Amino acid sequence: MKLTLNVWRQTGPTAPGKMVRYEMPDVNPDMSFLEMLDVLNEGLIQKGDSPIVFEHDCREGICGSCGFMIDGKAHGGFPKTTVCQLHMRHYKDGDELFLEPWRATAFPIVKDLMVNRSAFDRIIQAGGFISVPTGSAVDGNAIAIPKSNSDRAMDAAQCIGCGACVASCPNASASLFTGAKIAHLNLLPQGQPEKLDRALHMVTTMNEEMFGSCTNLRECEATCPKGISIENIAIMNRHFVEASFAHRPTASEAGAG
Amino acid sequence: MDLNPRIPTGPIEKAWDDTKFNMKLVNPANKRKYHVIVVGTGLAGGACAASLGELGYNVTAFCFQDSPRRAHSIAAQGGINAAKNYRNDGDSVYRLFYDTLKGGDFRAREHNVYRLAQVSVNIIDQCVAQGVPFAREYGGTLANRSFGGAQVSRTFYARGQTGQQLLIGAYQALERQVATGQVTMIPRTEMLDLIVIDGKARGIVTRNLITGKMDVHIADAVVLGTGGYGNVFYLSTNAKGSNVTANWRAYKRGAAFANPCYTQIHPTCIPVSGEYQSKLTLMSESLRNDGRIWVPKAQHDKRAPHEIPDSERDYYLERLYPSYGKLSPRDISSRAAKRVCDEGRGVGETGLGVYLDFRDSIQRLGEDTIRERYGNLFEIYDRITGEDPYKSPMRIFPAVHYTMGGLWVDYHLMSTIPGLFVLGEANFSDHGANRLGASALMQGLADGYFVAPYTITNYLAGNKAESVSTDHPEARAALANAEGMTKRLMGIKGKKTVTHFHRELGKTIWDYCGMSRTEAGLKTAIGKIGELKEEFWKNVTVPGSGEDLNQQLENAARVADFIELGELMCIDALDRKESCGGHFREEYQTSEGEAQRDDENYAYVAAWEYKGAGAAPALNKEPLTFDYVKPAQRSYK
Repeated sequence: MKLTLNVWRQTGPTAPGKMVRYEMPDVNPDMSFLEMLDVLNEGLIQKGDSPIVFEHDCREGICGSCGFMIDGKAHGGFPKTTVCQLHMRHYKDGDELFLEPWRATAFPIVKDLMVNRSAFDRIIQAGGFISVPTGSAVDGNAIAIPKSNSDRAMDAAQCIGCGACVASCPNASASLFTGAKIAHLNLLPQGQPEKLDRALHMVTTMNEEMFGSCTNLRECEATCPKGISIENIAIMNRHFVEASFAHRPTASEAGAG
Repeated sequence: MDLNPRIPTGPIEKAWDDTKFNMKLVNPANKRKYHVIVVGTGLAGGACAASLGELGYNVTAFCFQDSPRRAHSIAAQGGINAAKNYRNDGDSVYRLFYDTLKGGDFRAREHNVYRLAQVSVNIIDQCVAQGVPFAREYGGTLANRSFGGAQVSRTFYARGQTGQQLLIGAYQALERQVATGQVTMIPRTEMLDLIVIDGKARGIVTRNLITGKMDVHIADAVVLGTGGYGNVFYLSTNAKGSNVTANWRAYKRGAAFANPCYTQIHPTCIPVSGEYQSKLTLMSESLRNDGRIWVPKAQHDKRAPHEIPDSERDYYLERLYPSYGKLSPRDISSRAAKRVCDEGRGVGETGLGVYLDFRDSIQRLGEDTIRERYGNLFEIYDRITGEDPYKSPMRIFPAVHYTMGGLWVDYHLMSTIPGLFVLGEANFSDHGANRLGASALMQGLADGYFVAPYTITNYLAGNKAESVSTDHPEARAALANAEGMTKRLMGIKGKKTVTHFHRELGKTIWDYCGMSRTEAGLKTAIGKIGELKEEFWKNVTVPGSGEDLNQQLENAARVADFIELGELMCIDALDRKESCGGHFREEYQTSEGEAQRDDENYAYVAAWEYKGAGAAPALNKEPLTFDYVKPAQRSYK
């Protein structure tokens, strides 16, 4: 089939960008979207043009590297599908598509369709972990965890950190990403000691990184390739509010050491 | 070359404890005076960097992705083995050791494998404590499933995303150390050379993938957790970025490369659909628990699968290997699939496929149970092929998945260059000639959490290194070497793309050094690869410049290394005149078509030593001895 692509080209973070039109005369319906871009890039290289930069690695929908907007929808807008797992059979002959990078203040554009998502790493650094040094663990079965809690934690933990939630949110909020991590750890018994600090510090960092606020528009949930529920944002908010009111003794008050 | 494996003496059950006790220690207050570089942030590298940070060392970690959370360990689906014996079904450390050694077709080092089985139990504990949401029973205890090559249920899992969850655990531990300042994380950076000073690994040269800037980093020890080289085949289940460059550059600086011909072809992947195909997707081996594998009994049977009655189906694994059946090890299952396809009984348009059928399990357990166990895998299959595996069987075919070979390491996971440690898939040590399912995650985390932190400490305590400036002549030479290669690649301005060369290389390796190998084929391959290498350096085209983000340049350097590695794989496969595990030489098989080992002549690790550009590599042999498990013809019948 024949497709027309309009792709955002931008040489660097501060350079002006623009849409560039490419004709794809022979697209195989069994190709993935990224394989189609591979074919386009091979052609550009042969002609001496610079290939389109896009991020990708596993091409199995699990590493979270890939992602861009297709016609204004993150990853193309198909249910639970990353763009590397999106196959061309979903499009029809003659379609014209518009490809743009994630757009958010917190995700500066690196080049073409590639953005800088390091703000996500900094949110994790603020508390997205359980402080358990190697070697200090008890037996894996020492603490029984109700299956339903464990399953809910797993639902949240599936987040691949791709950034589609931010890109699809009109406020560019990272609440689904942050909420998923807080819920994953706070639902487990192992996550309890740091529960309130985790919520407080991760939400604070999220705000400092210039992500917007959540106004319950649910765009994130609709486009999340892992189907992560906004229930996790509710958990985040509850624990954040609890943390904001709770008295949390500082280390010296608590008599550390 | 000195190949001292430093295997401890005394009973194997006490060997690791004794080794740990005899190790030198570094006083807690002195640890911050040492600087360790860790390259790669998957399970092995990420776990090691986090653990070294917790101990108090200054660590700088590098990855080529934009975040350490994206390392390819994340794609592992099925599970992680551990000798917990929570099922009360007869598992033990000794049995996991035995299964792994046998699964590797008696081409691994006994002591390494025993230690791996020993620390496997600590890994599960550590991961649970980190918040890894392993599957659980209704009573709240951990669930298990079975995997190939074992008759006990010892595999822990997190749906079909076990690698992801374990990596996120290691990543979170790592980010915690980044937050404390103990680890400096440098993403989007590739290692291009190793700096060796006075015979010791003292640093690396890197290229910033965004700015193109090359830098020298100096340290007291260097750790490579840089993964396997499956992408030498072009089409593999590896991530597109997975490459051999860090390992290959270390090889060229004197680290021996061991058993490069041991590559694993995974039996259950989605078949190739066209020329444009960029990678292959695995369907977890765990599916074999509930799926049955079959082909039609008749050749070229073009009927739809549901039209073929049971009496006309050949459940060939269950027929050939009744006791392990569909849970036979990967090398055996893959070759069996190839054989039935070679006989003209393959399915799908290309005839290169077999059915993986869930009909019976869905009837027995209901669709909901199957969905709970494998839901995301079924979705992946549906998404890629457009077919619903709840209704019609999956079509699968073997694909390159894992490489058992890698840089040679001793019992301390140190390479032939003192101070250079190699962990996880990047080393060769624990899986012999074939890796059992759910053992890669185990080895990566064992090395990273529980082995390397001890052995690196021991090395640092005994090797107080002189301080070295980034201006040291060896550092400058390594930097010039890396810059020179970039300049050379940019200067060729030929006619063919990097991908063209990669595809050609992959086809040659798959045809001649893939699932089965012959002397004549390997010689042909070596000739073809030589020609390809010559043409690459004359006719490759790399657009853009070396001074900014240039994905084609990154690929060009990786493919250049893959071409050289491909040649070494064939040389190694040619040398090994026996069949074992993933290495199947057609000349050496039993009357039933199974691999025939030659323990008398080939019970050794082939450690190849670089002898300079254009010179033949030298073969060093580390003999393998078996004091605990007597090598036998592997039987899964």
